[in-house]
Amino acid sequence: MSNAIHKFLENTVKPNFDEGGKLAKYLPAYDALETFLFVPGHTTNGKGSHIRDGIDMKRTMIMVVLAMVPALLFGMWNTGYQHFLATGEAYTFMDAFFYGALKILPLVVVSYAAGLGVEFVFAIINKHQVAEGFLVSGMLIPLCLPVEIPLWMVAAATIFAVIIGKEVFGGTGMNILNVALTARAFLFFAYPTWMSGDKVWIGGGMDESVAYADGSTGATLLAQATERSSGFVDAAGVAYTDTFMSSFLGLIPGSVGETSTLAIMIGAAILLITGIGSWKIMFSGVLGAYVMGLLFNLWGANPFMEVPAHMHLVIGGFAFGIVFMATDPVSAAQTSTGKYIYGFLIGILGIMIRVFNPAYPEGIMLAILFMNVMAPLIDHYVLESNIKRRQKRTTMAVAA
Amino acid sequence: MEYVNIFIKSIFIDNMIFAYFLGMCSYLAVSKTVKTGVGLGAAVIFVLGITVPINYLLENYVLKEGALAWLDPEFADVDLSFLSFIMFIAVIASMVQLVEMAVEKYAPALYGALGIFLPLIAVNCSILGGSLFMQERQYANIAEATVFGLGSGVGWFLAIVAIAAIREKIRYSKVPAPLRGLGITFIITGLMGMAFMSFMGIEL
Repeated sequence: MSNAIHKFLENTVKPNFDEGGKLAKYLPAYDALETFLFVPGHTTNGKGSHIRDGIDMKRTMIMVVLAMVPALLFGMWNTGYQHFLATGEAYTFMDAFFYGALKILPLVVVSYAAGLGVEFVFAIINKHQVAEGFLVSGMLIPLCLPVEIPLWMVAAATIFAVIIGKEVFGGTGMNILNVALTARAFLFFAYPTWMSGDKVWIGGGMDESVAYADGSTGATLLAQATERSSGFVDAAGVAYTDTFMSSFLGLIPGSVGETSTLAIMIGAAILLITGIGSWKIMFSGVLGAYVMGLLFNLWGANPFMEVPAHMHLVIGGFAFGIVFMATDPVSAAQTSTGKYIYGFLIGILGIMIRVFNPAYPEGIMLAILFMNVMAPLIDHYVLESNIKRRQKRTTMAVAA
Repeated sequence: MEYVNIFIKSIFIDNMIFAYFLGMCSYLAVSKTVKTGVGLGAAVIFVLGITVPINYLLENYVLKEGALAWLDPEFADVDLSFLSFIMFIAVIASMVQLVEMAVEKYAPALYGALGIFLPLIAVNCSILGGSLFMQERQYANIAEATVFGLGSGVGWFLAIVAIAAIREKIRYSKVPAPLRGLGITFIITGLMGMAFMSFMGIEL
C-alpha cells in the first residue's frame, strides 16, 4: 500500500515540482511533506553549527518529540483533573483525559500551523529545504504555556519567535536563543495577565461560565511559595498530604507539560539513552539549583527562601526547562567544559530569579534565555584557555 | 551589604545598554570581535570608575545649591547646578585623554583596533549618563558613587563582550542580505534586552 503511494508520488505528483514543472517554486514545501512519510534518498548535509555526527536531523528531532509525548499525555489528563478538582464535579479518568485533550490539541495544532507556515514561506523564498528544527519548537511552545492561553496569542508568539528568533539568523541551527523560549518570553512580557494569576492554569479557568467550587484556587505552587514555605493547597483548596510527591507526579496546577517531573524524567531518559540531550547540562543544572536552594535555606529571610531545596526541583518549570530547553543543541554552550558552566549557572540563576524577583516566579525559563545569550562567551573563553594550555604544552615540549 | 546591592543592581538591573540603551554607538561599532570588545569595555569601566566619584565631589562641594557653604557661609545660597553638564563633560574629556595616552603607550595594537572609538568615549552617552544618574539618585557618600560607577562599567563591559561573542558565532550564519551587519546586530541587541529583562523588578 505505502509502496503504491510512494510510486504515485514519485511518478505522477513529483514531476510537477521538478525544475521546469508547473509548481517548481513549491518544491521545498513538497519535499518537506514527502520526507515526513518516507525515508529520503539523501542525508542531511554537513552544514549547521549544531551538527556533530552523521545522524539525520529529521530523526533526531522526531526522537525529541517522542521524548515529550509522556509530558504531553500527562498534561492532557492533568488539565482535566485540575478542572474537575476546581469545579468539584464528578469525573472518570477518561473524562479528564478527553477534557484536557480537547483543550490542548488546538494549542499544538495552532503552534505547528503558524510555525510551519512561516518556515515554508521562508524556504520557498530562500529556495532551501524546509528544516526540521521546528518539529521540536512547535511541540515545546504549547507545552510551556498555560492551558487557557488564547489561540491567537499562541500563533502571534510562534510567528514572532520563528521570524525574529530564527529566520533572520538564517534558519535552523543559526539562532542564538531557544525558539520556544523566545515565544514564551514574548507572551510573558506582552500579555502578563494571561501568563500568571490563579485562573489561567486550570482548564476552563478563564471561562466565565465555569464556576469554581468554594475555596478553590488555581494558583501555582510557585505563586503560593511567595507567602509560605509549606502547607501548599491544591486547586480544590485542600492542603496536599505530601506536597513533594504530588508535585513529583504532577498533580499540581501549572503550564501544560511542566507539572509532572516523572513524565519529564521518562523523556530525559529517552534523550540520554539516545545521546541527543547533554547529560552534562542536565546534571550540572540540577546540581546548581540544588546548591542554590540549600544556600537560600540557610539564609531563610522570607518564606520563599525556606522552601526546601529538593522542592525547587519538582515545582514550576524547572525539570521541563532543564531537560528540554537548556539542552537545545543550537543555543546551548558547545564546548564540553562550557556545558558544565552553562548548566550550573542556569540552575543557580533560575532559583535566584524565582526567589528574588516576585514579579517573575518562573525563573528557570528566563535563566535559560539569559544563559543562551552568554553561551557564546563561555565557549569563547573555554576555547581560548584550551589554546593557551596547548601552546604552553608545545613550547615546554620544544624547550625540553 | 549596601555596596554589594548597588554593584549588582547597576550591572544587571539598571544595565546601561539593556535597560537604558546608552552608549549604543560604540557598542554596535566595536563589537565585531571579543578582543576589541574587552579593550573598549575595560576602558569604559576605568573611565566610569574615575569620573563618577570625581563628579560626585564636584556635585556635592561645588555645584549643588548650598554646596559652597564649606568655603564661606556667605555662599550658602549659591546654586551652580546649571553648570553641571559642562563640568561633567570637561572631567570626562580629560579622563578620556588620559586613558587614550595610556593605551597608546602600553597597548599599541589595541589602540589601532579601537581607532576613533577610544577618543569617542568622551561623548559616549553611558559615561555622561553615569554621572547624571549619580546626580539624580543622590548617593549617600563617595564610596557608593564609586561602586555605582564601577558597576555600570562592568554592566556595559558584560554587554559588549557578550554581543561580540555572539557576533563571532553568527559570522558563519546565513543572515538574509538586507540584515547583514548592523541590522542583525540591532535584532540581537533587542533579543538580549529581552533576556536581561529577567532581572527587572528585583528588589535588593
